[in-house]
Amino acid sequence: MEPKDAAPCCVPFALRVCSMSTLLLFNVFNGLIIGAFYAMMALGLSLILNLSGVINFAHGGFLAIGGYLAYTLVPFLGFWGALIVAPFLTAIVGVAIERVLIRPLYGRDPLYSLLLTFGLAFLIEDGTRFIWGAQSLPYRIPEALNSPLSTEFFFLTGYRVFMVALVALVVLGLFLILTRTRLGLRIRAGTLDLETVSVLGVNVRVLRNLNFGLGIYLAGLAGVLAVGMLGLTPTIGDSLIMPSFITIIVGGLGSLPGTLLGGLLIGVASGLTSVFYPSASEAVIYVIMAAVLIVRPRGLLGEEGRF
Amino acid sequence: MSRPISTIRRRTILKAAAAAGVAQVAAPFVWSARAADTVKIGLDNPLTGTYAALGKNELIGAQLALDQINAKGGILDRKVELLVEDSTSADTATAVQKANKLIERDQVNFLIGNINSGLAQAIANVAFEKGVFHIVPGGHTDTVTGSQCHWNVFRVCNTTRMETNSVSKLLLDKYGKKWYFITTDYAFGHSLQEGFEASLKVAGGTEVGADAVPLQSTDFSAYLIKAQSTNPDAIILLLAGDDMINCLKQAVQFGLDKKFHIAGAQQELEVNLGLPPEALFGDWVFEWYWKQPGVPHVEEFVAEIRKRSGGHVPTARTWFGFASIWTCKLAADKAKSLEAVKLAKAMQGLVLPPEVALMPNNPFYREGDNQLMPTLFVGHSQPAPKGGDPEDLFAVTQEVKGVDAALSVGDTGCKMVWPS
Amino acid sequence: MPRLDKRAANALVWLLLLAAPYWLPMIGGYVELGSRIVIMALAAMALNFLLGFTGVLSFGHAAYFGLAAYGTAATMKYLYPSTPLAMLIGIVIATAAAALVGPLIVRLRGVYFAMCTIAFGQVFYFIAFRWRTFTGGDDGLTAWHRTPIDLGFVNLDILTSNKAFYYWVLIIFAVATGVMAFLLHSPFGRTLLAIRENERRARFLGIPVDRHIWVSWVISCFFVSVAGSLYALLNDFVDPRAVRWDMSGTFVIMAVLGGMRSFWGPLIGAAIFLVLEDYVSSRTENWESFIGLFFVLIVLFFPRGVLGILRRRSAT
Repeated sequence: MEPKDAAPCCVPFALRVCSMSTLLLFNVFNGLIIGAFYAMMALGLSLILNLSGVINFAHGGFLAIGGYLAYTLVPFLGFWGALIVAPFLTAIVGVAIERVLIRPLYGRDPLYSLLLTFGLAFLIEDGTRFIWGAQSLPYRIPEALNSPLSTEFFFLTGYRVFMVALVALVVLGLFLILTRTRLGLRIRAGTLDLETVSVLGVNVRVLRNLNFGLGIYLAGLAGVLAVGMLGLTPTIGDSLIMPSFITIIVGGLGSLPGTLLGGLLIGVASGLTSVFYPSASEAVIYVIMAAVLIVRPRGLLGEEGRF
Repeated sequence: MSRPISTIRRRTILKAAAAAGVAQVAAPFVWSARAADTVKIGLDNPLTGTYAALGKNELIGAQLALDQINAKGGILDRKVELLVEDSTSADTATAVQKANKLIERDQVNFLIGNINSGLAQAIANVAFEKGVFHIVPGGHTDTVTGSQCHWNVFRVCNTTRMETNSVSKLLLDKYGKKWYFITTDYAFGHSLQEGFEASLKVAGGTEVGADAVPLQSTDFSAYLIKAQSTNPDAIILLLAGDDMINCLKQAVQFGLDKKFHIAGAQQELEVNLGLPPEALFGDWVFEWYWKQPGVPHVEEFVAEIRKRSGGHVPTARTWFGFASIWTCKLAADKAKSLEAVKLAKAMQGLVLPPEVALMPNNPFYREGDNQLMPTLFVGHSQPAPKGGDPEDLFAVTQEVKGVDAALSVGDTGCKMVWPS
Repeated sequence: MPRLDKRAANALVWLLLLAAPYWLPMIGGYVELGSRIVIMALAAMALNFLLGFTGVLSFGHAAYFGLAAYGTAATMKYLYPSTPLAMLIGIVIATAAAALVGPLIVRLRGVYFAMCTIAFGQVFYFIAFRWRTFTGGDDGLTAWHRTPIDLGFVNLDILTSNKAFYYWVLIIFAVATGVMAFLLHSPFGRTLLAIRENERRARFLGIPVDRHIWVSWVISCFFVSVAGSLYALLNDFVDPRAVRWDMSGTFVIMAVLGGMRSFWGPLIGAAIFLVLEDYVSSRTENWESFIGLFFVLIVLFFPRGVLGILRRRSAT
């Protein structure tokens, strides 16, 4: 292995300035990419929270299910087939769970859905460990994505660019669904006033069910994307759930564009911090959350009096 | 009143749950009555969380040893029982609680645990306070047989210093003297880094940078980007478990494996099994490997473990569990007693016989710090060779004697105080 | 009739608690488990002050629990090894922190309040995790231990005697719950109940709701910090786990399990939960599934908790 062909701006000393701004660029880009990933996770959470008032603590568990299903499907459908099918399967699991476990909790104190999803998270972690084992499983991504785009811009890995492109596509699709389809219209109306929507003749049960499925689809997709970059273990979703919560708080409750913005914001902030103090790059998102809560409690794009 | 059916159903469930609850509570009566005259070994190790896979393997090894020992008549002609408790992977409170439970309630004769260095030390301190014989099978931080050593605490796996010393010469000679560390931010990582820093100092090398990475980090891009900007001779990854997997996968995606040398100290087969083929590279040290041609008893061990683990080969962890349980028997046989002090005295200089050692060079427990001196296996990770075993993911290039790589007893900072 | 029941129930509870070190080992338990139950019960009851009696859900109480634990441990390790002093400092620090955080979130309600308490809890978790030089980071604060308490006329050896430590914990528990009960029966406590039942109406009656919630929050966090301080002494160490949201979740489930609307509910919840967890995790490595299933079943079928069921039974 030859260590030559070092990346640009690594010539010592004279180009220190260049080195700093390039580092900044690298990390901001990465921040945007990771932020897009957080945003997609958080959008799923947000959809479920806005319409049904349920804090889905098990969202990380569904992410893991998405990853594991993809792993199981790859020998039959290949990487791309698994990428398309696994999130749908995860959504189906989500729809089933909503019907059986979560539907009884509507109208009750949000405490109960919090506790239920908390317990559900335990069940999913143990379940995935039981089915697929505790040993981390190797997941391969296509050769084309497994290297940087160029030696010059080595910080842009094929996989991360693919990830952000996919997230952009999915988010676009989500907004199209929400604005152009009847389902989307009903979801948006339901977020504002579910009672009236029900009175108008819409089957609210089915609506919540489908909405939950949509949110879980996003979690499952996040899972399939995550296993390209991370090890596939039952605990893969654990560290990804908190940034999602923070994203929603920062972006503003009740606002999907806010969630998107929040995700990108904390991703970039995290990236910027890692230039100067990499170990604090995760802590900074909590600082941002605290700042937002103090200065503008409803979040950046949140609605007043939402909760 | 308005929904009688669901109330009836609820009452039935309540009754069933109460019955189950009573059964649970009553069970210990039955259970403790039966266990009166067996020798008890308590295992306080992770079975859930990040280290679940490692803990599972240690358990499999331990159970094989247990069965072998009981087939030969047990310890001091008494049957041996293994009491397994889940310490969780990172919750010290639970690990200590379980240790207290095993010692107080179950009155174990031997205590075994933990994979997590922090938990291992905490359990060791409890065992010391209560005077119970304790073996650490797989927790690596130096303090366990160093600055916080105790007369009743022994360790099977290597110290982090032994690991770094065994591989540092190879890395310095092969790659150069400018190193960048990416270190996991807890006892294990810090010890490894200190070990390598000492090696660098002796060789006149430089540490061009270091980053402490919180446990369970998912995104290593910041650290990798920073590492490459310093243009090191080698990027040294001092990580464990999932963090190692995440970092290596991402290093490949950044193309860093093609531009820099990546290496480290401890590596495990469990990590390699979770990596795609393109991420199987780098120079590391394994503490035991299943392919040891010419070494007696290893093949039988591998075959036996394959039967018990659904076809998988044993890992170093399997061997740790196996050796720990066998050590209990060997110590008891030599001491002809189950008293902790006599056992500990019998352990001084105890040599593992070949069917337990499963490695060359006669590993033994060193007097003065209770640390086992095994053989370390230095080499590099490899994708499974064509036509070979799919789990042959490491190529051993060098075997280093533990006693050569270890610090002297005096240098470890261990000052053992024996009870009078 | 109801009053007799209540006094009888109280007497029974105290009898069981006082005799615990003797009957616990007989059913397969151990004294340390008893101490753990009492400490967690105190934390759950503290949370319930806010949750069950004021109607406000916090999912971030572990922040103050853990902060008190760290304060106690740090005092022992760095300042002066004295149990009472360490406890005092730990409790003061944690309560002060709660008093400061309170105004920031007291305007929020419901799910949003809960999420913000989670998030603030995580801030503390990160500080505990990152400030390695002081808190020991993920390895925690170790190499210290609780010191025997010298009261002049008696020396409580809480260090080596598990029983002595249990009774020390029980004394503190008794004082704390006594004060809590007093507060709940006072006019202030009645106001909290009014807020729980119908906040808008309470506001119309001229009650300064936000201020009451803030005071209730501080009181609740004060008691949880007492529990946290004892927790550090129980384990002779602290690590960031004591501050995480899953610890907060455990307090909530104990309160719900036992019955949020009753005073002793969380104690029952803590006892059941900890004993269950202790047994199940010894018997199977799939204990997480059992605990998860347990949460699910409680929420779906027994939301009023154990005491809630008993109460309904006696009512019908």
